[in-house]
Amino acid sequence: MAVTGIILVLFLIAHMLGNLKIFTGATSFDHYAHWLREIGAPLLPGVWFLWILRTALVVSVVGHIWAATTLALRARAARPVRYAHRKPVQGSYAARTMRWGGVIILLFVIYHLLDLTTGTLNPVGDPSRPYANVVADFAPKRWYVTLFYTLSVVAVGFHLRHGVFSALRSLGQQTPRGERRARVVALVLAVGLCVGYLVVPFAVLTGLVS
Amino acid sequence: MNLTLRIWRQKGPEDKGRMVTYQVDDVSPDMSFLEMLDVLNERLILAGDEPVAFDHDCREGICGACGMVINGNAHGPQKMTTACQLHMRHFADGETIDIEPWRARAFPVVKDLVVNRGSLDKIIAAGGYITAPTGSAPEAHSTPVAKANADAAFESAACIGCGACVAACPNGSGMLFTAAKVTQLSLLPQGQPERFTRVIGMVDAHDEAGFGGCTNAGECTAVCPKGIPLNTIGRLNRDYLKATAKRGDNTPGS
Ligand code: HEM
Ligand code: SF4
Ligand code: FES
Repeated sequence: MAVTGIILVLFLIAHMLGNLKIFTGATSFDHYAHWLREIGAPLLPGVWFLWILRTALVVSVVGHIWAATTLALRARAARPVRYAHRKPVQGSYAARTMRWGGVIILLFVIYHLLDLTTGTLNPVGDPSRPYANVVADFAPKRWYVTLFYTLSVVAVGFHLRHGVFSALRSLGQQTPRGERRARVVALVLAVGLCVGYLVVPFAVLTGLVS
Repeated sequence: MNLTLRIWRQKGPEDKGRMVTYQVDDVSPDMSFLEMLDVLNERLILAGDEPVAFDHDCREGICGACGMVINGNAHGPQKMTTACQLHMRHFADGETIDIEPWRARAFPVVKDLVVNRGSLDKIIAAGGYITAPTGSAPEAHSTPVAKANADAAFESAACIGCGACVAACPNGSGMLFTAAKVTQLSLLPQGQPERFTRVIGMVDAHDEAGFGGCTNAGECTAVCPKGIPLNTIGRLNRDYLKATAKRGDNTPGS
């Protein structure tokens, strides 16, 4: 759970930084997307490097889901008779929504890949012009796409707020002072990533990027 | 105070069980929760009914025998308090109170509110002890212990083994109990020889007993009558990681 989660968080950071390149203009952003496909050349031919990254991501996602499913099944088996009266959980909202939140994020990622990687669900849908794809995606009249992206990114934020803390704890964070620090790190990462991801659709929505 | 109680009644392990409603009048706000149940039981016995079975022993919050889920809260609404130390003044006149046993596969119901917590003993048997014969209490200064370690070990040693952490955990995990019992020894010099076999043995016993896995949700700490902090589980995790890295170095039992 913790190790695969951290790999995915590293991806999220890199992906956010890449997205922010949209503010440097169409040529620069498209050039960045093309460069992604050529890293490692001439050592590795063409898109090899990208596929290595993608494989690592898929392995992490599958591992993450496998671990989460195992935990959920164990939890269910561990309490065969349910409480008639159950207090809403006193721990954080984030901790309580990890499982459903994770499923929602997975559905989002599938939609997102069909939208901006393959272009299947994108109004422009030209993989060689990602800038145009993004701009078309978040146009004001497609507000529902922006809304869905916003909700999903916020779901990622909640997922990370508990997830990052929990991962640090699983990897041996052990003092009360360290716990306070780990919670701050998780909160800062969650808020930082949310803001970093959301500025792009909102910049398109408000016409800042067009 | 007049109260309506809805209590889980179950004749034995095989019985299906159900919630039964009782009316209890003239309860003093100074009674403890268990005394209030005593009043109910006296009336049930006088009426020729079967009294409600519940576990208790010291009634002063130190033995860990008592425990029931009161209105969805393990040990009731008051923090850092066992059910036996909970007073009726924390409830309102006319209130309806739901009372259920700990719910966990590893804690099968014996009768009514009594559950079998033998699985906690199995975790202890798998390593919650030291093998060195220590004799009588040694002179305190003969074995120096860093103050921070002494404090943390003492904090862990406060666990009374009540099982509320399991009852409250959304995963039905017993990791707070296990962590308390591992770290009360692993932080002290006397606990070092078995430090790594202990943590592996106890976590394995925990998993085998049918407890769920910990997701650091923090419900356990919220209900623990002894305030065992959540970071105790981090100490267990650190020991567990070190112990698994050591596997293969011929440590017996690892
Ligand atoms: C509003 C925020 C986001 C925007 C504007 C955005 C934009 C993009 C774009 C333009 C691509 C295609 C890049 C290319 O063709 O080279 C992409 C790929 C991808 N995005 Fe996002 N993204 C956002 C949020 C997210 C989030 C929150 C996640 C994960 C939970 C995510 C996961 C992915 C993945 C897995 C890929 C595919 C990487 C690959 O090609 O292997 N994205 N994104
Ligand atoms: S950790 Fe707390 S709640 Fe769990 S058994 Fe020990 S005293 Fe009870
Ligand atoms: S009866 Fe001993 S702790 Fe409650």
